[in-house]
Amino acid sequence: MTSPFQASSNSSSGIRDLIRHNQDKKSFRKTIEVWIPRFLFLLAFLSVLTTLGILIILLTETIEFFKTVPVLDFFTGTVLKPLSQTPAFGILPLVMGTLVSSGIAILVAGPIGLMAAIYLSEYASRRVRSVLKPALELLAGVPTIVYGFFAFTFVTPLLRQWIPSLEATNILSPGLVMGVMIIPMIASLSEDAMRSVPQAMREGSAALGSTKLETALKVVVPAALSGIIASFVLGISRALGETMIVAIASGSSKNFTFDITESMQTMTAYIVEVTSGDAAAGSTVYYSLYAVAMTLFATTLLMNLLAGKIARKFREVY
Amino acid sequence: MLHTRQSPNSSRIRFRLLADRSAKIVFGAAALFGIVIMGILLVRITTEGLSWVSLDFLTGRFSTSPERAGIMGAVLGTFWLLAVVVPVTMLIGIGSAVYLELYSKNGKIRTFIQTNIGNLAGVPSIVFGILGLTVFVRALGFGSVVLAGGLTLSLLILPIVIVSAQEALRSVPHQLGDASYALGASKWQTIQSVILPVALPTILTGAILALSRAIGETAPLVVLGIPALLIPFPGGILDRFTVLPMQIYYWTLDAALVADYAHLAAAASIVLLISLFLLNGSAIYLRNKYTIKA
Repeated sequence: MTSPFQASSNSSSGIRDLIRHNQDKKSFRKTIEVWIPRFLFLLAFLSVLTTLGILIILLTETIEFFKTVPVLDFFTGTVLKPLSQTPAFGILPLVMGTLVSSGIAILVAGPIGLMAAIYLSEYASRRVRSVLKPALELLAGVPTIVYGFFAFTFVTPLLRQWIPSLEATNILSPGLVMGVMIIPMIASLSEDAMRSVPQAMREGSAALGSTKLETALKVVVPAALSGIIASFVLGISRALGETMIVAIASGSSKNFTFDITESMQTMTAYIVEVTSGDAAAGSTVYYSLYAVAMTLFATTLLMNLLAGKIARKFREVY
Repeated sequence: MLHTRQSPNSSRIRFRLLADRSAKIVFGAAALFGIVIMGILLVRITTEGLSWVSLDFLTGRFSTSPERAGIMGAVLGTFWLLAVVVPVTMLIGIGSAVYLELYSKNGKIRTFIQTNIGNLAGVPSIVFGILGLTVFVRALGFGSVVLAGGLTLSLLILPIVIVSAQEALRSVPHQLGDASYALGASKWQTIQSVILPVALPTILTGAILALSRAIGETAPLVVLGIPALLIPFPGGILDRFTVLPMQIYYWTLDAALVADYAHLAAAASIVLLISLFLLNGSAIYLRNKYTIKA
């Protein structure tokens, strides 16, 4: 066996070459070791730049919008007529549409998601769980455009058989379908919270003679409550930002109403309507897009931060 | 864990056991609810659209007459879109994850970037559309082309890719890295030839799941002004394009005008769902086959 050292040790110049060669390799490697982390840091920093980009764009264009439309008129106006001769830019109809559809969604997904989570965490056997959880994951993987198609061509016609006054586009049907969409999210996050409740607490409850139901409702759910609430908040936030289901199934009437059988527009659907209508850049309608998007962005960001805060509080307990 | 098996003689105990048993049924039904609805959705879309899925439909151009309409343009558009999204998200996603997990000290910068990524993951997709419209389509002047759509969707799914890649890196057993250092390897050598190869299957699983999110995404593309009109097949990343979700969107909207468009939307949904299920299935297969046994 001859190693490269022995082979080149025949002459002293060979050794010198080898040393120089190795030093070159070493300095090259050193340069890499120094520059790679810097390059990777730049890549990681891109996500910060994305956030900054969103903030700067939304803020500057929103300020531009508030130069033509007073802030107070925008946030308290109940009339939204962007394309009329005498345009009015009140965001309240959109806020109403968004809150009503998200409200319906959480009324569906909250109880069902929570009950599903209790079943998965407290009742289901390992085998049942291993089938149900991936199935719920699949449900979460269905694109929202397909849910929109389903709401518009199936759920709405079905509901109209029971509620004849229901309009062809209405806020009820997309709200219900959005609820189905966020069930997996609430179920899986709530289940995570419940599973992190120490087993000893369940055993203590069972030792006192509780049934599984009593243990679940009086011990596990209260102990996991902040995690469960956080999952609800995240679910609502997801519903607030959901676009395609409402854009397809809830129409574009900017009604300021509580009547869920009517067509209403959400903030997201308004953005879709304005951008697909080719509003001239620089017009007030164009800038209103950014003001609405800013409102949506701020609301969802606040809710996500809130959810994080609630969930962190819950982690401190154990 | 039913410890009260012995003959329940008082009516109170009988009631409590009954409540427990009925609760199990009700909660189980709740867990099945979503799955049942998905079943209805699948059946509905299949009955509406399956007879419209044919070779002509898959390979045809877009057409205003429903009998001749096809989705080849949208399929090609998806491929070109992925040609932008895959390299961009893999490079930035894995790079960021390596930095956060293996280079950054547990300091303020790391916490800041990590919090930022978490918040970005919760931003509604339509807001990313507005970012893309303002920066890529208008300010940089790309127009509604593949590159603009691809970069926008890349930004949208990056948080998911980064977080899942971080989890994958974290799951690599410490001993492997330690052994590499003990042999005299430098940090980058260790990452490059020990840690990344071990973590790669898990990283890919997360990336594929994120990509399927990008393929099914519609809202940001609507905002970017992606058409579903009679446009030529895209041949590069600077061409105008459309994708399946956009096609489904416009066909659904126009179903009020041409009734058969509803069938086309359903047929396109079948194609979209099957591709997504195959993608997700392959990701899960990958995960199960290469799960690291530490």
